[in-house]
Amino acid sequence: MELYQMTIHELHEKLVAKEISAKEITESVFSRIDKVEDKVKAYLLITRDTAFEQAKDIDEKIAAGEKISPLAGIPAAIKDVMCTRGVRTTCGSKILENYVPVYTSTAVENLLREGIVMTGKTNMDEFAMGSSNENSRFFPTHNPWDLERVPGGSSGGSAAAVAADEAIFSLGSDTGGSIRQPAALCGVVGMKPTYGLVSRYGLIAFASSLDQIGPFTKDVTDCAIVLNYLIGHDPMDSTSVKIDKPDYTKALVGDLKGIRIGVPKELMAEGIDSQVKSVVENAIRILAENGALVAETSLPNLAYALSAYYIIAPAEASSNLARFDGVRYGYRVPDAEDLMDMYMRTRAEGFGDEVKRRIMLGTYALSAGYYEAYYGRAQKVRTLIINDFNRAFDEFDVLVSPTSPTTAFKIGERIADPLQMYLSDICTIPVNLAGIPGISVPCGMVDGLPVGLQIIGKSLGEEMVLRVAYNFEQLFGWKEKPNL
Amino acid sequence: MAISEKDVKHVAWLARLALTDEEVQKFTQQLDVILEHAGKIAELDVENVPPTSHAIPIRNVFREDEVGVCLAPEEALLNAPKKENQSFVVPRIV
Repeated sequence: MELYQMTIHELHEKLVAKEISAKEITESVFSRIDKVEDKVKAYLLITRDTAFEQAKDIDEKIAAGEKISPLAGIPAAIKDVMCTRGVRTTCGSKILENYVPVYTSTAVENLLREGIVMTGKTNMDEFAMGSSNENSRFFPTHNPWDLERVPGGSSGGSAAAVAADEAIFSLGSDTGGSIRQPAALCGVVGMKPTYGLVSRYGLIAFASSLDQIGPFTKDVTDCAIVLNYLIGHDPMDSTSVKIDKPDYTKALVGDLKGIRIGVPKELMAEGIDSQVKSVVENAIRILAENGALVAETSLPNLAYALSAYYIIAPAEASSNLARFDGVRYGYRVPDAEDLMDMYMRTRAEGFGDEVKRRIMLGTYALSAGYYEAYYGRAQKVRTLIINDFNRAFDEFDVLVSPTSPTTAFKIGERIADPLQMYLSDICTIPVNLAGIPGISVPCGMVDGLPVGLQIIGKSLGEEMVLRVAYNFEQLFGWKEKPNL
Repeated sequence: MAISEKDVKHVAWLARLALTDEEVQKFTQQLDVILEHAGKIAELDVENVPPTSHAIPIRNVFREDEVGVCLAPEEALLNAPKKENQSFVVPRIV
């Protein structure tokens, strides 16, 4: 087995035992990048030189007999939506093509402090808007399982990097499914934590009441390890929650007895591919046969989640993206006649179609005469959805569903039909509206393409979500790898 | 039709986006389909339902009013498309 194929916990054991060095791990991962990156195109920027410097620091610490963090010397890729000081951060957009942040996001800083080796910045849909990575203004990322297919989005580069072994783990962001959906389509573990658990400081904002950073990993144990260091209160983010930091690895107990699992029928309804559905039903059967108490349930307002989301998220985006005006950073048209001409053409040239669509959608939903019918009403529907989840969690410890209604689709297949693309996130969006945690774990294949099982927990219920995910992973024993 | 070309032109102006005639046509069609789907929420009775702006009930976050570290002017201007004398330069306004 090559080092680049291993998990965080396997590599850490070998590092501590001095069987290998951080330099060797880094060399292994970069040799893999050199071999497959031309096909996958997961990265927008590869930071090889600094990666080897970071690895050297860790090797010196180990040589000096210092205790190292479980993340020390582990090569990780960062979605290009998170600011990294001195390292170009584009958000997948032409408007930020030459943007070099002067500060680092808290989430990335938390991991750098533990000694990760940053391999680079990963490709994404522009401003995290999209479900296929085709909205990247640079190039699309290819799914490692089938290079003609999308990796999902918007964190498609981060998902593909882990699936292709071009990083041991990665970070993504999830506003409506942007971690879980690509994790499902690429056959890796991806988690969106409870809103407020991970600081959003330095995360380029899409929809501030929904955005949350989370990890892509090769297994659930690695997910728990990364989460341990990712979370924490940050005075720089006023929506950051203050809690005693749990050790999430302690939640990984091998027992499902008595755990109540609900299956919302609204997330198994029309629109879910029948083969995906039967793979997920098989996964649920495995949980039931091993001690979990499984029952169908109903959250009727989930049927309205997609509609509410496509008002709320664009509304917040239209406001957040007003900052890109060609004045303080980013692209500016070279030949503006006056200030208004500069704004209008800078934004028209700087943003791609999907970003323009969402800015206009949001501006419309917030404009005089439409505010109450669209934005005001969507916020109330959001309350109804939260109430549905609260009622469900009185009865159940977790809820399960497919992560994505289909497996990875072909590049180009949905790009001309925005609504069809939006339906990719039908099972993940309700979780963001409610601010609760959700994970996607591989649960099988359809025609050689991975399927993800989504496990949803109550607010700050990460430990239960991880416990169920860990048990499923152990019972299912999935070991498939893409053939690159 | 939930939205007309005239609406799209007005919204594009509000959002400071210069659109070509073809884009206006394309976006009108696409936004119409999306708004029709989003309009589904009109079916629900939301009388007496309070709105949610954030999923977690955090309000009034204060911190001590202390002098902290902030960016040096050179750093703040590092990404400016055009700068002069510690200022951002924009086209003539008056």
